[in-house]
Amino acid sequence: MATRADSADPQRRAVIRQGLSVAIATSLYGISFGALGVASGFTIWQTCAISLLLFSGGSQFALIGVLGGGGGIGAAIAASSLLGVRNTLYGLQLTTTLKPRGLMRIPTAQMTIDESTAVAIAQETLPHKRLGFWVTGVGIYAGWNIMTLVGALAGNAIGDPKTYGLDAAASAAFLALLWPRLHRREPVAVAIAAAFVAAILVPVTPVGIPVIAAALVAVAFGLFRRFGDGDATAPDPRRTPGDPT
Amino acid sequence: MTFWIAIIGASLIAFGLKFTGYTVPPAVLEKPRVSRVTTLLPAALLAALVVMQTFTTGSQLVLDARAAGLLVAAVALLLRAPFLVVVVAAAATAAGLRLLGLP
Repeated sequence: MATRADSADPQRRAVIRQGLSVAIATSLYGISFGALGVASGFTIWQTCAISLLLFSGGSQFALIGVLGGGGGIGAAIAASSLLGVRNTLYGLQLTTTLKPRGLMRIPTAQMTIDESTAVAIAQETLPHKRLGFWVTGVGIYAGWNIMTLVGALAGNAIGDPKTYGLDAAASAAFLALLWPRLHRREPVAVAIAAAFVAAILVPVTPVGIPVIAAALVAVAFGLFRRFGDGDATAPDPRRTPGDPT
Repeated sequence: MTFWIAIIGASLIAFGLKFTGYTVPPAVLEKPRVSRVTTLLPAALLAALVVMQTFTTGSQLVLDARAAGLLVAAVALLLRAPFLVVVVAAAATAAGLRLLGLP
């Protein structure tokens, strides 16, 4: 991790700002989850336990949605788990960056969600990737659980986070994280193809599948490129290391 | 009790899924073909997350105030605005449009 000497590094501060703004926008959604949990017939304790133990937004909403709607345990667990499969992909992506050992693998795994992965993989250097992961992951874990409790206690009194445009804030955050990667032709092609595949699958597959299918687009491109120009693994000379743009 | 069983069951599976990703040996990930794929994965995942977060509600494709927020975010990014400005501009756009009655 970082030493005091580089705490003045502007890029580090940029990563912390990114992580915290994503964490705040996401955490406020915990209010919705808390309110919806109690409204779906869960106790305050149960609602908070879901955020503490399950800790994966989509899976949590799926679980209370199915159970609250009268579905069985099997269906609820299946819906929740299907949404969680992408976290396995995220771990695969992060394992060489974070290199968790021993007991550290437990918090590392638990913090592995869309947002912490997105902020981590968007950074250029290993220390910045790790910093992005932990600032975002710990920030959301703390914020999400506090806001779940607030939502469960206050019910719908606070109102819908959509009113404040927080869902659009999350969209913008993901786009801003993707943006610096769009300077080379190949990632642009992959991003467009992945977005297209995800979009067309949304209406016809269970929730959670589109993101996994989008990952398969990257797999296809990665394997296909060996038939293209000689050395696909060579770094792009136009891209200077450490240049965030 | 049913709810507790579902909560514990789903949580155990969720943790198992998260943990599994970290158990793949680094040697596998360092193979050229695998590393080519993992280099391209972020662009694919982030693009899919943008689509899911902006244009979907459950299993439906929708066009609402979020799309306008994303457009404003893209313009802000073109103008090289800082991350926080991009995010706040998108939120303000969506919130403003909803105030005017848009979904």
